[in-house]
Amino acid sequence: MNKVENNKAWFLVLPMLLLVAFSAIIPLMTVVNYSVQDILGRSAFFVGSEWFVQTLNDSRLQSALMRQFAFSFTILAIQVPLGIAIALLMPKKGWQASAVLILITLPLLVPWNVVGSMWQIFTRGDIGLMGYGIRQLGYPYNITRNASDAWITIIIMDVWHWTPLIALLCYSGLRAIPEAYYQAAQIDRASKWAVFRYIQLPKLTNVLVIGVLLRFMHSFMIYAEPFVLTGGGPGSSTTFLSQTLATMAIGQQDLGPSAAFSIIYFLIILAVSYVFYVTIMNMQKDKADNISGGA
Amino acid sequence: MQWMVWTLPTAIFFSSIASILAGMTVWQVISPTVERKGFLPIATTRGDRLFIGLLSSAYIHLGVVGFTDLSLWLALGFCVLWMAILMRWG
Repeated sequence: MNKVENNKAWFLVLPMLLLVAFSAIIPLMTVVNYSVQDILGRSAFFVGSEWFVQTLNDSRLQSALMRQFAFSFTILAIQVPLGIAIALLMPKKGWQASAVLILITLPLLVPWNVVGSMWQIFTRGDIGLMGYGIRQLGYPYNITRNASDAWITIIIMDVWHWTPLIALLCYSGLRAIPEAYYQAAQIDRASKWAVFRYIQLPKLTNVLVIGVLLRFMHSFMIYAEPFVLTGGGPGSSTTFLSQTLATMAIGQQDLGPSAAFSIIYFLIILAVSYVFYVTIMNMQKDKADNISGGA
Repeated sequence: MQWMVWTLPTAIFFSSIASILAGMTVWQVISPTVERKGFLPIATTRGDRLFIGLLSSAYIHLGVVGFTDLSLWLALGFCVLWMAILMRWG
């Protein structure tokens, strides 16, 4: 039987393509244009790859990049297992389910800047509940002086703000598993761990891919929360990439170098996201092959 | 086009990307791609290999421009070669 191929549906994508062109592609092209020029007021000089050489060898940017990776991987390592655990513990039906859902979702509704301000007050040593409490316990907690205090606070803040996203995604994934799987597991007298490992976790892969990707991209672009909470300090110990970029582009008006830096930033996010995506999609495909091969 | 501050090199760069994409589309219509496994660890279609090639070329260029004194033309030549290898055997 010959399959009829009809690609006319692609024309329906055109409006979307036009929209993306204006919202993403054209600005990106402009950034590329900026990155090879020295722009002073209304005049621009072509400088070739000079900004790229400067940006790649800038030790301030290199250390911001390292901090950024450390931050993103730390919060992923905490948020993903924690989110799954919360989703597993959430009630499955009844009013308790709705109540817990609302409670869990609340942090997601708080705007970034507000999260920063809230935690700024929360962690103050004189009036903040957390700051004051920890000091009463005998530890001289101070996020404006001590770099590791600042780091840990930012990580706790991000975990508080974004773990609910992973939990919600996992919760919806868990609800989508048909009851028959659990019944079959019960017949086999599978342990709770086995149910988790061989039923729930594999069924969660899809939502986890989305969750991990979203969280990685989000956290890699984090700006407002640390900016409000610590202002990037003490020193530059919590200055992440976005803030470094904003200082360069808006603070110092270095359009050329910051455009070069933006492109590098973009390429890093693109590569890491692609690797994540391919790895996880491939794990699934291998599993499907194994199952169909074994049957 | 003044507001986008075009320069000749960036214009050439984007026209080549656009023509590569157009060329790939025509190629796809004439003979649709088949997913296959080459030396890359994953099965890829033609478009996947193009994407991997372009992305890795970007990194090769960045590496050359940032950390060596070699000419960018050398990097470009190497990337064209790498792209050809990737498209054929990747």
